[in-house]
Amino acid sequence: MSPFEYERAADAASAVARVAGRPGAAFLGAGTNLVDHMKLGVASPDLLVDVTRLPFDKIEPLPQGGVRIGAGVRNSDLAADPTVRRDYPVLAQALLAGASGQLRNLATTAGNLLQRTRCVYFQDVTTPCNKRASGSGCSAIGGYTRDHAILGASEHCVATHPSDMAVALAALDATVIVLGVTGARRVALVDFYRLPGDAPQRDTALAHGDLITAVELPALPLAGNSAYRKVRDRASYAFALVSVAAALSVESGVVREARMALGGVAHKPWRAHRAEAALRGAPASEESFRRAAEAELADARPLRDNAFKVSMARNTMVAVLRDLAREERR
Amino acid sequence: MTELLQPRAIGTSPARLDGPAKVAGTAPYAFDHPVASPLYVYPVQAAVARAHVTGIDTAAAEALAGVVKVITHQNAPRLASDENKELWILQSDEIHFRGQIIAASVADTPEIARQAADLVRVRYAEQAHDVELRADREDLFAPEHVNPTYPAATDDGDVDAALAAAEVTVDETYTTPTEHNNPMEPHATIAIWENGELTLYDSTQGVHTVRDSLAPLFGVDAAHVHVVAPYVGGGFGSKGTTHAHNALAVLAAQAVPGRPVKLALTRQQMFSLVGYRTPTIQRVRLAADRQGRLTAIVHEVVEQTSRIKEFAEQTAVATRIMYAAPNRRTAHRLAALDVPVPSWMRAPGEAPGMYALEAAMDELAAGCGIDPIELRVRNEPDIDPESGRPWSGRNLVGCLREGARRFGWERRDPRPGTRRRDGWLVGVGVASSTYPAFSIPGSRASVRYGQDQRYVVRIGAADIGTGTWTALSQIAADALGCPLEAIHLEIGDTALPTASVEGGSSGINCWGSAIVAAARAFRARHGADPADGAEIEAGMPENPDAEQFAIHSFGAQFAEVHVHADTGEIRVPRMLGVFSAGRIVNPRLARSQFIGGMTMGLSMALHEHSVVDPRFGHVVNHDLAGYHIAANADVGDLDAVWLDESDPHGNPMGTRGIGEIGIVGAAAAIANAAYNATGIRVRDLPLTPDKFLA
Repeated sequence: MSPFEYERAADAASAVARVAGRPGAAFLGAGTNLVDHMKLGVASPDLLVDVTRLPFDKIEPLPQGGVRIGAGVRNSDLAADPTVRRDYPVLAQALLAGASGQLRNLATTAGNLLQRTRCVYFQDVTTPCNKRASGSGCSAIGGYTRDHAILGASEHCVATHPSDMAVALAALDATVIVLGVTGARRVALVDFYRLPGDAPQRDTALAHGDLITAVELPALPLAGNSAYRKVRDRASYAFALVSVAAALSVESGVVREARMALGGVAHKPWRAHRAEAALRGAPASEESFRRAAEAELADARPLRDNAFKVSMARNTMVAVLRDLAREERR
Repeated sequence: MTELLQPRAIGTSPARLDGPAKVAGTAPYAFDHPVASPLYVYPVQAAVARAHVTGIDTAAAEALAGVVKVITHQNAPRLASDENKELWILQSDEIHFRGQIIAASVADTPEIARQAADLVRVRYAEQAHDVELRADREDLFAPEHVNPTYPAATDDGDVDAALAAAEVTVDETYTTPTEHNNPMEPHATIAIWENGELTLYDSTQGVHTVRDSLAPLFGVDAAHVHVVAPYVGGGFGSKGTTHAHNALAVLAAQAVPGRPVKLALTRQQMFSLVGYRTPTIQRVRLAADRQGRLTAIVHEVVEQTSRIKEFAEQTAVATRIMYAAPNRRTAHRLAALDVPVPSWMRAPGEAPGMYALEAAMDELAAGCGIDPIELRVRNEPDIDPESGRPWSGRNLVGCLREGARRFGWERRDPRPGTRRRDGWLVGVGVASSTYPAFSIPGSRASVRYGQDQRYVVRIGAADIGTGTWTALSQIAADALGCPLEAIHLEIGDTALPTASVEGGSSGINCWGSAIVAAARAFRARHGADPADGAEIEAGMPENPDAEQFAIHSFGAQFAEVHVHADTGEIRVPRMLGVFSAGRIVNPRLARSQFIGGMTMGLSMALHEHSVVDPRFGHVVNHDLAGYHIAANADVGDLDAVWLDESDPHGNPMGTRGIGEIGIVGAAAAIANAAYNATGIRVRDLPLTPDKFLA
């Protein structure tokens, strides 16, 4: 652990300028992940700019429909929001499946998006890790990979993204609002995260100094029939082995529209485009759900310890779709 | 036969006497003790598993403002004894396991100490290391004995002939992984070395144990070592012996005489420095006739120890007493690896061993087509098959029958994988439990009358969260024939009469016996109306019955298990433990002990797994996010009850000890229930969802 300076941001623009102008600076939200990393030596910022007092703590309806979630909204508050619970139940369920009550009371929306992998080698500075120390090698490959990726990994990194909330947001077509030195911009959540490729040290499309100010959800009527299912090694307070966020609309026994994303299987929340395409217009049956799941997992490349994730992901996708189809019939 | 106490306070349920102070935060744990201008120690750990240190650069660390000293093997004070190699730290350049302490910083604040430790640069001459336990290793050896002093192997009758002739056999291998104790309070010590006197505020299961371990290490008389530990936040065995951090704190204190030195391990450090349970590979063979009468029991265990210090877990020992069979064999073989030193953890021996035996018994019941409870009843031994002694009281059958009645066992469907509820496969299972009534000699206690017309009862016992403060006060009240309120108990300090370690579920037996002896001596000397200041000290007497009887507790564990048909997720909505453990001193605290143990058994069954990466040689999931213990949501309707009894052969209280029996058999009951639910026999703990996925 190294000494660091601490400043409280007066406003968003100056916070961005301050961090962008100093390579060792970092934004501080709740710190539930960053402070751990500082103790472990995984991160050593020399300046923390505290953004928790910035006015980003509101959940507001958007004029064209949908909702805007301030970057500083705490996970517990977001999960309890009546609009979110009614219009986007998958998001409330994903939030409540994450971490512990204490952590959710503290953790922010932006911080949740930006949490880093829980790969044990990433968190242990005595082992090589390309994400932590670019070019040092990947210890997970050939090592303990129970929690690791089966989709979209590279020879440089097989880590997974740990967030539950982001999986729901990926299914909901969320947009991340980013303030940078050149002004604000919008990034679709599915483009916000990167696959590891040959630069696993970069988790997202953010540049140094970019500050997330909000997340926007579009109006999405089918999200009223949505759900999040998290499969993990204990009943609470564990990261997903596999999770599924899905929304489904069925008309006369035929799938009209579907949204689906997977957690615990890739370097980013995995939007299941192939499964969605396979579902669209198909009968809402066990058979089509299974075919859609298998289409999504066709390119799965399991590692030594996680071959089970393929059947677990398939079964969980089918189970969630089955439940949502049943809900639709009610 | 000892003269039993007339229970008056014993058997009632006063709330924890230490509860208010703990809730209010005024009960000082080791690190909390106020000391003047302390320094802080932070260890530097080896990042390789086997090597020589060829260079250690402390310049940057020493240059840091606030750093008082950096200690390495090159400048550390010499230790007086290398008898216990786990404690013999910073004495040579050799590295025996990854995570070994190879240097330490001493600084004004904990943050500076940690930063300084990060700045120490170490060069190694690495050697190939070996941390992989396998049953086919060629270097396995039989230890001289297993913990604490049992023979490593037994062989009675002709098991091979019995196996060959048997109508039904089971021959399966069960494994349990490396597991770490993980008490809530990390290990912490404050050490002060002043004018040849050493004072330690330690988080320990035995103050006198710490004293007697550290005095010879530092070449000082035990009389000059003072250890204080009034409150301890859990130990589960890992605080039953001293570990390297204790030695480090004292080495650091020696380096800065007169200054208190504080050391608190991080959770990650605990995974290499304070003991753990060896992984086990257990082959169990059972031979029986079609009616399930056992003709042979064979339990052979492969486990590990460290190269620097031997600890041989007594995994197959409980098997020696469990069931009647004319032909019986048990054996333990060890591999000495480049790993940290294993030690006591939550019913060492019984917890992993009874998992394997009781899972095998379930397989035998299925093989014979008879009820698992009936199978156990048919193999009930009249006397201890191992020692040939009569039981002081064996009521396993009573536990099984009472448990069956309460649990609704008659509704069990023996066909596996046939019941489904809302997508979950449903099953139930049973297993036996046992734990010996250990007795460690040497405890003493004193009684003094006077303070506000109260009796001051003193003994250096430990309360690691178990309820010692309350239970010993109840015993003292009955032994003196006075109300509970008239007892003023003092524990947790070497200034008090000597007490044995809180280990092997022996605390109440040993300390209670010493208190009763002191109380009886006090009444004999000073009568019913003692003068102010009247005092006496006495030792725990020898128990002649200990050589005449086999004194063991027994129990029956029941579990209902649900396994999700789609995802393999496993839940335990219901558990019941029924125990025969002698007299229960405080039902409220006892229930807490039992269900706490059962929760550990649940956690062992479903979650706990220290993952060793053989390439690096250390536990890679070394924190509580990666090393899962049962969370609240994993613990369902858990209940523990006990048979109303008193053991006349163990001690004057009629107790046998309840600290550990709750964990024993719980994992087997869950594994057996998971089989009943799914038809899948998982023989390798933990029972994670992937193992049930089609």
